[in-house]
Amino acid sequence: MDRALTATTTGSTTSAGVATGADIPALTVEGLSHSFGARQALDDVSFAIAAGSFTALLGPNGAGKTTLFSLVTRLYNNRVGSIRVFGFEVRRQPSEALARIGAIFQQRTLDLDLTVAENLHYHAALHGMGRRETNERIEIELGRAGLHDRLKDKVRSLSGGQMRRVEIAAALLHRPRLLLLDEPTVGVDIGSRRPILEHVHRLCREDGLGALWATHLIDEVNPGDDVVVLHQGRVLAHGDVDGVTRAAGTATIGEAFGKLTGIGRR
Amino acid sequence: MTIVQYARCFNGIFVREMLRFLNQYGRFFSALVRPLVWLFIFAMGFRGILGVSIIPPYQTYIPYEVYITPGLIGMIQLFNGMQSSLSMVYDREMGSMRTLMVSPMPRWYLLTSKLLAAVLVSVVQVYVYLAIAWFWKIRPPALGPHLGYVALLPALILSGLMLGALGLLMSSVIKQLENFAGVMNFVIFPMFFASSALYPLYQMRRSSLELFWIATYNPFSRAVDLIRFALYGQINVEALLWVLGFLMLFLSLAIYGYDPSRGIIARRGGPGGPPG
Repeated sequence: MDRALTATTTGSTTSAGVATGADIPALTVEGLSHSFGARQALDDVSFAIAAGSFTALLGPNGAGKTTLFSLVTRLYNNRVGSIRVFGFEVRRQPSEALARIGAIFQQRTLDLDLTVAENLHYHAALHGMGRRETNERIEIELGRAGLHDRLKDKVRSLSGGQMRRVEIAAALLHRPRLLLLDEPTVGVDIGSRRPILEHVHRLCREDGLGALWATHLIDEVNPGDDVVVLHQGRVLAHGDVDGVTRAAGTATIGEAFGKLTGIGRR
Repeated sequence: MTIVQYARCFNGIFVREMLRFLNQYGRFFSALVRPLVWLFIFAMGFRGILGVSIIPPYQTYIPYEVYITPGLIGMIQLFNGMQSSLSMVYDREMGSMRTLMVSPMPRWYLLTSKLLAAVLVSVVQVYVYLAIAWFWKIRPPALGPHLGYVALLPALILSGLMLGALGLLMSSVIKQLENFAGVMNFVIFPMFFASSALYPLYQMRRSSLELFWIATYNPFSRAVDLIRFALYGQINVEALLWVLGFLMLFLSLAIYGYDPSRGIIARRGGPGGPPG
């Protein structure tokens, strides 16, 4: 039973996912527009992210990042344009698409009064995972987050950075191929930001996960990353850090961001 | 998704609901104290004033506290339904609703599971309440041939689902937590007082015909009637059909409210505040 489950939630991509998943982009967004009443939140947004790559979605507050995340995770549906996760259209095959997504939201999603284990079991159950498989996955992912000794502790006793790492572990339990993170370092102290960023980079490198990391902080962009610059609902630039910097005619990605959006750095 | 996976998903939602309930001692306590205060104080005060003539399912004159017991069971479920809707609004503002919504299970299934899990929690509360009431000699003829306590279970699940679905519907409409206090005043109190929970409707008819009709078609009255007859091992078919009808109506509207294409969240861009 557990074996059948693994097949349906992760598709054909296993540890060899880098090779098979590389042909199809982890996420393809094409001509996506969305508005709330008269307010245009997203305007003809298109970009793709490859499996195994880390893409920073860079934009000031109100750029449309959260709307984009809500559409990709199908909190509500898009009317214009298309969103595909490993080829599965989110609107038409939501179950297939969502099974491949691990999402970390801006707001806290853990129950403070429950233990780390109870929270993780809840996440796994929502993906239909059985107990044995869940326990195995928890051991692996919590170990990678460096928190295996906190399994029985109430979430309330963890620090902000630790909670984020538990949320990342929870989002990884069902072996997603695409990780979405909406401003994951908000409310996390500065010392804990780097480790989270590095943890996600490692997941991309070692497990071939595609990651979309939304942020308004330039210093969260690393030299090897891909970047999508979003401002007032439009994509102003898309490519690797060097390409975007060169195209903008600036020396750093920070200056490029300032020049493109017309806002001072940070 | 296989049936086993669906079952695991429901189990996960139920376990979380139960753990949250057991962790909140305050909530458990107040859920229990509220109907007991009504039973021990309100009902005792009124037992001399209000006489209840013999109406079905009762076959003899009954003391007032026996009359309002089904109403107070309904009250537990009404508050529980509203409480879980409150927690849905809270979850939406805090983000834990997002965890539920990114599950690959169909959304209607997730919402129905959440609803049923909350109802099962309210059923536990009702039986604890009845156990306490038993010591005060408020006993349906359960140990007789009718087994009222057992017969009560399906009625509790149905009425709980109906009231919970109403709460779910409201949670899809309410934008923020602050609006909730108003809803308590404008929904819970009118529903509770304009119903057959505290007084037989024939008495209301003498005072106000309009109020009588409102109370007659109040979904809460129907739930209380269903519970009242079930405690005596009887099925009130009319109440049963009304409860089922209201359940279907509220649940479909709630599922519509959470629909990713047409629902209210889609139009407002929720959850919690303006989209960024």
